[in-house]
Amino acid sequence: MMPDECPPAIRVHNLTKIYSLTPVVDGLSFEVPQGSITALLGGNGAGKTTTIAMLLGLLLPTSGQVALLGHDMATDRYAALAQVNFSSPYVDLPGRLTVRENLTIYARLYGLPRPAERIAEMVEDLELGAFVTRRTSRLSAGQKTRVALAKALINRPRLLILDEPTASLDPDSGDWIRGYLSRYAAETGATLFLASHNMAEVERLCSQVLMMRQGRIFDRGSVSELTERYGRTNLEDVFLDIARGQEKGGPAQ
Amino acid sequence: MSRGLVPGWSGFAWHRVGAVCLRHLYVMRSSPIRLLEMAYWPTVQMVMWGFISQFFTTQSSWLVQAAGALLAAVLLWDVLFRANLGLSLSFMEEMWARNLGHLFVSPLRPYEFIVALITMSAIRTTIGLLPAALLAIPLFHYNIFAMGLPLVGFFLLLLITGWSVGLGVSALVLRFGLGAESLAWVLIFALAPLSGIYYPISTLPGWLQTVAWWLPSSHVFEGMRVVLTTGTFDWSLWWTALVLDLGYLSLLGGLFLYTFRVARRRGLLLNVGE
Repeated sequence: MMPDECPPAIRVHNLTKIYSLTPVVDGLSFEVPQGSITALLGGNGAGKTTTIAMLLGLLLPTSGQVALLGHDMATDRYAALAQVNFSSPYVDLPGRLTVRENLTIYARLYGLPRPAERIAEMVEDLELGAFVTRRTSRLSAGQKTRVALAKALINRPRLLILDEPTASLDPDSGDWIRGYLSRYAAETGATLFLASHNMAEVERLCSQVLMMRQGRIFDRGSVSELTERYGRTNLEDVFLDIARGQEKGGPAQ
Repeated sequence: MSRGLVPGWSGFAWHRVGAVCLRHLYVMRSSPIRLLEMAYWPTVQMVMWGFISQFFTTQSSWLVQAAGALLAAVLLWDVLFRANLGLSLSFMEEMWARNLGHLFVSPLRPYEFIVALITMSAIRTTIGLLPAALLAIPLFHYNIFAMGLPLVGFFLLLLITGWSVGLGVSALVLRFGLGAESLAWVLIFALAPLSGIYYPISTLPGWLQTVAWWLPSSHVFEGMRVVLTTGTFDWSLWWTALVLDLGYLSLLGGLFLYTFRVARRRGLLLNVGE
């Protein structure tokens, strides 16, 4: 299949979530092309986590459609989920289980033909060897993040959705994770979609940025397009302008 | 892997059921104390009721016959109790671990999850009760296995009743959060006085008998007494209990699946935990 014949990795149309008459996500529409790395940015309460939960089918939208890799999440959810995975510091893996046990369970859930081989690959790639037999609850934040990433990559996802992949990590661990994600995307052609508060991370990794404010996409574009549009030198200043409602330029029409 | 054998169950895969079971077996393996706890209460109950029964046998010739019924009742009641607890605890384990989000972004279907919970309940119940049943043989010269095939029938029926209650409890915990977790321990006891565990249903007031006969467990304990006192197996009691069991299992399984959808609508799969 030629690349331009591929359906978008993510297609969202008029996605809305209303809680108690308050729209938390309000008519989002966007597409994420396959093979891209896209960031979803926004201040706390902008609707990023709600959007991600709806993309994954963990949360049902009030209205609107989501399709992942060409599969409608309302009617063909499981075909999509087999090719997608997810990691978030806010959703734990069972802490009583060892790293290897957790990976074994998820390898089996995804029906991998040779789970032990895949786990060995992940252990080597993500340098988990030193603590693979340790209980997950006893790991440091950096180690837990690597284990969560190993779980998220266990099925070789074509679409990887990450909620704040380097939250609460020291700069060294965060840099290591970003390097790994970048290599994974380059080597496999997978699509990465991540919500982050780390603007340096987004500048380094992402080709496209979606800026959310009050449940809507306020602006979108590449990092350079956004910085130019807002007359800023870096994405953090653009983010602050948008979050504080002090943008001098306007969103792209 | 079986695909589409049951209408609406297309895509059902045993490897995913096995994966969820494996997750709970790993937890059990990692904690010998938990295994011990599973067998502890049934054994303590059996020992206590065993001595009570022994005391009764010295007081009355009728109670000589009843002594076996008491021990059988204790063990069978625990089947019902453990089956409910085994299912509810496996479900709550996922909530305590905040693991539902990960599970349900995998291709795991909610009905596969239910089958896994039921399987774990059967394993937990067997682990919990087997030591007590075996210990009763040397301690009180009471061998519940001597009941033979009827025992298998009663065991199965009570497992199904326990699963139904466990699914109802899990649905409530999913909907109302871990604040409702104590229901796993207490709700089942509402069935105890109505099930005629230690006395015939005819002991109950007339209107309560009508309610009691709507419970599968009442038919089981009545059937157990028939086996122990006459040596015959009352198939009508067994079949009635089975029909009721399948009805409640469908109803409460349906409630769980409905609640799962409500949880997806309200975002509860991500916002659960201690």
